[in-house]
Amino acid sequence: MCDTCGCNVTPGNAHLVDKKTVDVLTNLLQENDHVAAHNREHFERHGVLAVNLMSSPGSGKTSLLEATIEALGNELSMAVIEGDLETENDAERIRARGVPAVQITTGQACHLDAHMVHDALHDMALDDIDVLFIENVGNLVCPASFDLGHHANVTLLSVTEGDDKPAKYPVMFRAADLVLLSKSDFLEMIDDFDTNRAERHVRELANAAPVLTLSVKRPDSLGPWFDWLRESVIALGEGRVMNPRVQPEGATLHSGP
Amino acid sequence: MHELSVCQGLIRQVERIAAENAATSVDRIVLKVGPLSGIEPELLRHAFTIAREGTVAALAELELSQGSIKVRCRLCGGAGEAAVNRLLCPDCGEWQVDVTEGEELLLLSLDLETSL
Repeated sequence: MCDTCGCNVTPGNAHLVDKKTVDVLTNLLQENDHVAAHNREHFERHGVLAVNLMSSPGSGKTSLLEATIEALGNELSMAVIEGDLETENDAERIRARGVPAVQITTGQACHLDAHMVHDALHDMALDDIDVLFIENVGNLVCPASFDLGHHANVTLLSVTEGDDKPAKYPVMFRAADLVLLSKSDFLEMIDDFDTNRAERHVRELANAAPVLTLSVKRPDSLGPWFDWLRESVIALGEGRVMNPRVQPEGATLHSGP
Repeated sequence: MHELSVCQGLIRQVERIAAENAATSVDRIVLKVGPLSGIEPELLRHAFTIAREGTVAALAELELSQGSIKVRCRLCGGAGEAAVNRLLCPDCGEWQVDVTEGEELLLLSLDLETSL
């Protein structure tokens, strides 16, 4: 008999066992959200705008960062946290452009969480940085559930993936503060991606996020993205409260007992 | 499959609450996992059988409720249920709605056993 499975409770001693129900009402991601709030405070103390980039694998997150560093490198000081299951490849691409990058290899984990980002921050001199990009693991499902302590979610959808992706992955696209329809140079070659339809699918998730169409192969298409970035840096500097669009409900609406 | 990470966090919370209440075991864990929470109930159930091993919740039953998605329209005030990828006002059909239910990922309650 043991204290683990209840086999020590017999009809003779059952009156000595008390059963009770405890009401809890806390978010299941409470631990993650606690560390995320800590990360966000840390970013704000150092005046760093933290942007979480999410998309399927191969939608062009790293290429967009390369083009952004190329264009804004003299104007904004940037750093990157790269999340992948394996390899240092993406961090090396960023470092080759003279920008500090920390690679997180998650092994089998399909997403970054606030603890991983917290650990990566130990290797980063935040005082020298205006914008920290956190390039999440390529995945349209899991990363949407984890607050990292960042300020905005930017979700890429490359035009070769199909314009109905927001309807197929609603949790991810509902969380987006900005949607970038990437690889738009392919629009000429494919006839089944309608940028208006993609935007309509985003609206049908009750999401008012701007939807921009761009391609790193067409530098003049990147202007609105750069403007969004500049405006976000200014907004943070002015002390505007910036949280990613979908905050964990439990933490904000239901405080524990 | 982020359900295992979520479940491991759940078990740590359950262990803490059980310890606070000097419980010898946890009989039942009640969760609300809304359709917009990003968590798949069946995967969570599978993950739970792994995460609970060797803990105070080793024999606990997991009770999940999903509830429905409810929206309220900012334009016309209409309110009602909506589908997961069509969060539209049931009255006027517009998308400028607030989701009032469906995103929950909550630990609601625990049934504990304590020795008297």
